[in-house]
Amino acid sequence: MLEARGLKKSFGKIVAVDGVSLRAGAAETIGLLGPNGAGKTTTISMIVGLIRPDAGEILIDGRPLRGDTDPVKRKIGLVPQDMALFDELSALANLQFFGALYNMSGAVLTRAIDDALNLVGLADRAKDRVKGFSGGMKRRLNLAAALLHDPQILLLDEPTVGVDPQSRNAIFENLETLKKRGKTLIYTTHYMEEAERLCDRIIIIDHGKVIADDTLHGLHKLLPVTNVLAIELDSPDGFDPNWLKALPEVESVELRDRLLRVGVHDLSSGAPAILCWLSEKGQPYQHVASERPDLETVFLTLTGRSLRDAR
Amino acid sequence: MIPFLALIRKDLLLFFSDRRAVMMGLIIPIVLASFLGYLFGGSGRSNTEISKMPVVVIDQDESAISRAVAAQLTADTHLDVKTATLDQAREQVRKGEIRAAIIVPKDFGAEAGHAFFTSAQKPAIKVLYDPSHGMEMGMIQGTLTGAVMQGVSKEMFSGEMGRTQIKESLAQIKSDKNMPAADKKTLSDLLSSVQKWSERQGQASSAEPAGPSRGLTIPFETTTEAVTSGEGIQYNGYAHTFGGMGVQFILFMGLDIGIRLLLLRQSGLWQRLRAAPISRAALLGSRTVSAALISGFILTVLFTFARLVFKVHIQGSFVGFVAVCAAFSLMTAAFGLMVAALGKTVEGTRGFSIMATLIMVMLGGAWAPTFIFPQWLQKVTVVVPTRWAMDGIDGFTWRGLDISAAWLPVGMLLLFTLLFGIVAVMQFRWETES
Repeated sequence: MLEARGLKKSFGKIVAVDGVSLRAGAAETIGLLGPNGAGKTTTISMIVGLIRPDAGEILIDGRPLRGDTDPVKRKIGLVPQDMALFDELSALANLQFFGALYNMSGAVLTRAIDDALNLVGLADRAKDRVKGFSGGMKRRLNLAAALLHDPQILLLDEPTVGVDPQSRNAIFENLETLKKRGKTLIYTTHYMEEAERLCDRIIIIDHGKVIADDTLHGLHKLLPVTNVLAIELDSPDGFDPNWLKALPEVESVELRDRLLRVGVHDLSSGAPAILCWLSEKGQPYQHVASERPDLETVFLTLTGRSLRDAR
Repeated sequence: MIPFLALIRKDLLLFFSDRRAVMMGLIIPIVLASFLGYLFGGSGRSNTEISKMPVVVIDQDESAISRAVAAQLTADTHLDVKTATLDQAREQVRKGEIRAAIIVPKDFGAEAGHAFFTSAQKPAIKVLYDPSHGMEMGMIQGTLTGAVMQGVSKEMFSGEMGRTQIKESLAQIKSDKNMPAADKKTLSDLLSSVQKWSERQGQASSAEPAGPSRGLTIPFETTTEAVTSGEGIQYNGYAHTFGGMGVQFILFMGLDIGIRLLLLRQSGLWQRLRAAPISRAALLGSRTVSAALISGFILTVLFTFARLVFKVHIQGSFVGFVAVCAAFSLMTAAFGLMVAALGKTVEGTRGFSIMATLIMVMLGGAWAPTFIFPQWLQKVTVVVPTRWAMDGIDGFTWRGLDISAAWLPVGMLLLFTLLFGIVAVMQFRWETES
């Protein structure tokens, strides 16, 4: 089990992490969610021993990391945000090197490399130089390199940055397989849908502080609305969305371009009331859809800013 | 041990994976060393043709003496004597086409003859020279002195012009009222004897000249012996230039290692390396060893080429040569690590460290031997590690020194290795801002 307590880290006058605590049990997938610069990577770096925290402690299976060569490090696998591969070497040579860093050799290393390459679907490209790989293939190999020593805890720092949807899907499938194998995954991202799909628990970080730590269901409970009605207006000229707030069913309202998004607690009563009100006011619309609020909305609710604006 | 060896193996694989860079890293020093070696005397061949200095002699006197001086200069094996007008000669010197123009003025013969036995005014020979060849001026002046002494004395002891001038000198002595009588008599006797000798030589002009009638010459000859590693073994300029270029390009390789380490620290690879259970000593030590191995490889290729093509042999202790190369390789690796430790940005570090490397190469004697430096600068170079590398390589190649000569350069190079290593370890920033 991994436990971080009250981690703090500053770089000069910049406070990167300010009292972050988290726990991750076996087979649990934790999402660290936040905009760029929120402190996710610094937190990961402290957990893995790359950066010494100014305050706080990190326990792995109940004991702290002692020095660079502590064998406890073998329980951790890191997938860095930047591609951590040697482009000039083959995939096989890369994995041989990274395996050897964990004192692996011979048949044990060969088997570990085969397993890792099979998992990420690159067994047939083992002897090819990495510089000929696509971005998605590199990301998958980047993941494979962290799995060779069979770590119990896998720290993934935005492992899908810059990859195409197909490769992203492949990486997700790999991670779901690892999750089924009982691995603990700590996954940083600023993509809501990734966290929603993969994580058992989500920790939202902003400005170096944890602002929420709960399951997806628990986070939804924090929201003032449980559903959003999205209505595409014909012509929003002269329409003031605040007029809708007069309706008792309406909790929030937002108009962007022609898209009117209205938050309601009860969709079954709220939707007819809103549509009826629009008809009465002579405001034609083209398309109506209902949405469950996503993590973007959660972030917006908790911080007053959208994730995209915060980046 | 497995991680340590894997780190070294990885560095070597990466180095050799860029075959074009490896080839260029070997070809460029070979080409430069071959060229410089040829300029610095090659492998003991005769350089007479190459080293003949082009000069112009302008004879404005056209006397027997001036013609004799011009003939002496033309006969000298170190000079390529041409003729030209004064304006042409000046222009040729200015353009660097000739090293110097020697102007023998009108009445030179007569004035030089008088000044030979009496205290009469000495005539002046003007020499126009190219200031970029100042070192060669000394040699030209020496050759000119010899030629003038021989030309003037020959004429004075056996020529018609000499006899006339002796008659004039005797008349001057006789009419000189200030000269003491005893001096007058002694000098008159001397000149009268020379006059008689000259007249006899004039009558027997067809016979082989003897005694002073040959003219005064330098009363000795020099025989030279280049002291190298053994009898019959000639100095090989390629030994120095291949050592020099090897030192220079290996230092650049060390610099490249430092820059690469700086870049590595900014990449995900560094995070992955640091996340593994590897000590800092293994991370830096493996890089030191791999850099030393690459350095050894470069030196091996360079000196193998020099041996096969230019007959550069390790005339001294082979063990001493290997020890110097190994110590220099370690020093280079430590230098690279120090660059990585002290550097902040790649761009800033590259500019500064290239300058530092070039200064080290220059002061170490890798371009030109340190003996041409001023004395004070030669003393200063003891604090430059490349100087010890060059001393060691020269010592065990063409100087043929034994193993006892290895301790000082090897010791100094290891001292620099330790110094650079300590700075690197103390200053290395292991944490990276994320």
